Amino acid sequence: MSNVPADLKYTKSHEWVRALGDGSVEIGITDHAQHALGDLVFVEVPAAGRTLKANEPCAVVESVKAASDVYAPLAGEVTAGNERLAQEPEMVNSEPYGAGWLMRLKPAAGALSAAGLLSAADYQKLLDAEGD
Amino acid sequence: MGRQTPLFALHQELNARMVDFGGWDMPVQYGSQIGEHHAVRRAAGVFDVSHMCVIDLSGARVRPFLQSLLANDVARLKTPGKALYSCMLNEAGGVLDDLIAYYLGEAWFRVVVNAGTRDKDLAWIRNHAGGFSVEVRERSDLAMLAIQGPEARAKAAQLLPPPLADAALALGIFTARQLGDWFVARTGYTGEDGFEIMMPAAAAVPAWRKLNSLGVASCGLGARDTLRLEAGMNLYGNDMDEATHPYESGLAWTVALDPPGRNFIGRAALEEIVSRDSRAKLVGLLLEDRGVLRSHQKVLAPGAGEGEITSGTFSPTLERSIAFARVPAATSERVQVDIRGKLLNARLVKPPFVRNGKSLVT
Repeated sequence: MSNVPADLKYTKSHEWVRALGDGSVEIGITDHAQHALGDLVFVEVPAAGRTLKANEPCAVVESVKAASDVYAPLAGEVTAGNERLAQEPEMVNSEPYGAGWLMRLKPAAGALSAAGLLSAADYQKLLDAEGD
Repeated sequence: MGRQTPLFALHQELNARMVDFGGWDMPVQYGSQIGEHHAVRRAAGVFDVSHMCVIDLSGARVRPFLQSLLANDVARLKTPGKALYSCMLNEAGGVLDDLIAYYLGEAWFRVVVNAGTRDKDLAWIRNHAGGFSVEVRERSDLAMLAIQGPEARAKAAQLLPPPLADAALALGIFTARQLGDWFVARTGYTGEDGFEIMMPAAAAVPAWRKLNSLGVASCGLGARDTLRLEAGMNLYGNDMDEATHPYESGLAWTVALDPPGRNFIGRAALEEIVSRDSRAKLVGLLLEDRGVLRSHQKVLAPGAGEGEITSGTFSPTLERSIAFARVPAATSERVQVDIRGKLLNARLVKPPFVRNGKSLVT
């Protein structure tokens, strides 16, 4: 059973979004996603300053077996990529909602409401439907 | 729903993640794939390889039959129990499959072929066996476990009663012996010491549980793939297939062109290939930049042309990415690999990358 914290928003492609106090957001992949991928061995995050469109591939997470794209849950400008993951990609496995965050983003105007993010309850329903 | 081995229910009980492999439902991992990999390098792990196809060949002319069927020469097998790795080729020199042949008696050889090629191989072998009056018998009554790692033989021997355990521990490398109902071979696909044991299907689940109780880790096909790649061993379908020949697949050492009179299937094509100069070659790659090499990524060899990765992964032992790549023969040490549009630096290294727990890469 995957961990789905109630205070976060989610995407159908298994990213999570946390609202930070300053109007920016933090983005990562969910517990379900890291478990499905298996042991992560390489993570590529976007550089600060990069402008992202919603649903644009913006990061890559690679397990022993396969590489997977991470999609921008909403449009905005990257304010930070989690550089620690270059040396410790396994943080995404062990703390997907904490030290394993991928990037921080300053949302474009109106992007947060336009993104159609899922509540924790709705994301849990999605996982239930997928048989998790 | 694919085919299932006698261990299928146990894999489910152990919460294995199952995947399709060559038409079989097989465990890819039980917990951490990297953990399973390290268990084999440092202690011992057990793999279900019952999906592989065991074929017994019997008849007075079984040796000449195999000398005609295989690119390696079973004349090299002089002591009963000795095993030989070989390719089975088509007339064009393409690799139909790779296999291990065990010499068990002048009228009895056993070969083990890959799961995904089972039907093709059986048809090919049966088609050619007739001329030699060789009986071909698929042993689908047997399960096969691979127990691998520095502690594997000592642990696996505890599955056998004492006199048979002693006989198993006395087996030389690449040698096998029938011990009671079990066929015990000191072979494997990991670069570690260990056994591959064929046993009646009903014995497989108790054997697996006993091994677990002795501290032998359940390991899936995921770890099997990273272990074999570190060990420099080819995977059929990735590193060679019917469209490639042994000389461009790192398998020249398995082709016996001597004696010249041995007329095996594919020989004429190979002789023609050898007489040509420029050939592609299969090499080992070590990625020097960060990232993970994967099959089908393009390799740029300065001054020599382009090649392609055939198998790539993250090496848990080296904590870097390694690969096999088929590149032009003139490729020198430094190459670049196109990973998602970025050119990353890699260098050629001679496989194996890891053997008996030790890195061979400097």
